[in-house]
Amino acid sequence: MSSARYIKNEKDQILDVILESGIHVKPVYTPKDLEEIGFSYEEDLGDPGKYPFTRGIHPLGYRSRAWTTRQYTGFGTPKETNERFKFMISHGQTGLNVAFDLPTQMGYDSDDPMAEGEVGRVGMAVDTIRDFEIAFEGIALDRIGVGLTINAVASIILAMFQAVAEKYGYDPKTVSATPQNDILKEMIGRGAWIFPVEHGVRLVGDIIEYSMKVMPKTNPVSVCGYHIRESGATPAQEIAYAFLIAFAYIDNVCKRGYDPDEFVGGITFNFNVFGNMWEQIAKFRAARKLWARLLRERYNVKKERNLFLRGIFGGGGYGLTKAQPENNIVRGAYYALVAALSGAQTTALCSYDEAYTIPTPHSALISLRTLQILMDEAGLRDTVDPLAGSYFIETLTKQMEEKILEEMEKIEKYGGIIKAVSEGYIQRMLARQAYEIERAIERGELLKVGVNIYVEGEPKEVQLHEYNEESARMQIESLREIRRTRSSSEVKRTLKELEKATRDGKNVMPYLLECCKAYCTLGEMTNVFREIFGEFQEPSLF
Amino acid sequence: MEEKRIKVLIAKPGLDGHDRGAKVIALALKEAGMEVVYSGLHKTIDQIVNMAIQEDVDVIGLSIMSGAHIPLTRKLMEKLKEKGIQDKKVFVGGVIPSKDIKLLKEMGVEGVFPGGTPIDDVIEAIKASVKK
Repeated sequence: MSSARYIKNEKDQILDVILESGIHVKPVYTPKDLEEIGFSYEEDLGDPGKYPFTRGIHPLGYRSRAWTTRQYTGFGTPKETNERFKFMISHGQTGLNVAFDLPTQMGYDSDDPMAEGEVGRVGMAVDTIRDFEIAFEGIALDRIGVGLTINAVASIILAMFQAVAEKYGYDPKTVSATPQNDILKEMIGRGAWIFPVEHGVRLVGDIIEYSMKVMPKTNPVSVCGYHIRESGATPAQEIAYAFLIAFAYIDNVCKRGYDPDEFVGGITFNFNVFGNMWEQIAKFRAARKLWARLLRERYNVKKERNLFLRGIFGGGGYGLTKAQPENNIVRGAYYALVAALSGAQTTALCSYDEAYTIPTPHSALISLRTLQILMDEAGLRDTVDPLAGSYFIETLTKQMEEKILEEMEKIEKYGGIIKAVSEGYIQRMLARQAYEIERAIERGELLKVGVNIYVEGEPKEVQLHEYNEESARMQIESLREIRRTRSSSEVKRTLKELEKATRDGKNVMPYLLECCKAYCTLGEMTNVFREIFGEFQEPSLF
Repeated sequence: MEEKRIKVLIAKPGLDGHDRGAKVIALALKEAGMEVVYSGLHKTIDQIVNMAIQEDVDVIGLSIMSGAHIPLTRKLMEKLKEKGIQDKKVFVGGVIPSKDIKLLKEMGVEGVFPGGTPIDDVIEAIKASVKK
């Protein structure tokens, strides 16, 4: 989709290009542009692996290591998901990213009336540690990093993950999990929140504090500009809000008496790749530079390693279309190219059929192959940050940096990210922007192939993943079996201790671990929190 | 004579939190002169039906992206009947495969708007349904 706006004359010649973040692109860039912005190699770029890391965080980039591929995967029962994990790994995938169904994301057991119709639908169903035992059976948890796309109940899921890793004989110090654990962005977009802001942020802090001590290879947070962008944000807003959210989590942990250098290295990001490709590439380069600089300025972070902006750059969901779905394979290839040219450490793509439903093995494999073709065939591993020094890219990177800072300032002026999210300020703004984008597509101001140009009429039918109600029935059956056979006195005891620790403001993680080991259900643990914390009240938007 | 303002409840039933589409439609209907109530996220069908009664809306628009549109809509239609308010026009939008459209209409749904439906088509369909 053209995300930029094009001003053209009647001969289809382009007179002006306005990027989403508000930057005008010139027809030609020359050394004069670099002069005008006061470009300095040392200050603005530095060598790859050197502060401010604009060119990447590793001195040799993809030469030392290709990116990690991590397609978002999970559906039905843990057994079905385990098979799909193994399928993807057998085809060369190098990491996992677990999709959970909505009841799991919202803290309901599969037999809860709230879960009806949703069990195993958009991800794997999880009720107890038994489900993790099945899902991760035969997966080398000391070698395969595991992304856990879970937020409101990230603490519970991470505890379950630790418990299962231990059960399979891995030292928690050697396993690398990345719970998404970014509750503030759930309140902006995606919507899988449960508890009020302050309690949500406290749980994020608990996970960061616990991980640095017990699971040091785990990245306790993946701050998601991704979903903020999916909700209508510009690329500059995507980065700006993500940084402010990350600072809110850092502040929470600093208040507990830790030095930022002890934990900020574990904070990672998830950013989006759809849109005008130059703007995205400049966004990533500017973001790496700004993150390093802001951590130094605001938090006096000293260790170089802790200044790295690490994360997954991928997805691109909003850019994909329902019309002419095979075109999404091509879009995915361009998005992946953007991620590669931006030096993504980890990546994944939305699959071509995701405007319809969750991916089939066929479409997931096409996404994986797209990523592999870039690394192994096209030459993206040849040299680090190949666009460095381009008059255009360097000018744009500098302009993006300014735009990101402007967007951060707007929110800080409003009263900070917590206030802006709690009061719906950001949500209202993004809803308005999303509306304007849809209208602009309909007016033909933003071009979308197959949607408002080169339209083909009736949509083609594609082979789709089918939801299997039998899986839901089996999941509920297996949950009931666990309820029948577990020690109910252990369940009661561990839940009671969790409740007390939660009320006393202690770090909940060790208590959750005990609950998980006693086969408490996700719903039982979440209910302890629900009772004490209450629920987030969505600000009114209209 | 001035037409009566159409009142619409845009509702997010169930656990799905993807609300970009619901918000875009809510804004579009407002700009088209309708009165819009937005339910917010994670509402049960009972809550939605109660809101529809309290706010006395003409139209209920369900937005569902998770794939659970069949069970959720079926439940809503049953509840509306139970409460004697099956005169409310129901529309369903979201990630809806074309094979499900017929089934939803058989349940009594007035119109289905899968992703990619032009906004003006939604506005026109709602206006036409209320005039009927």
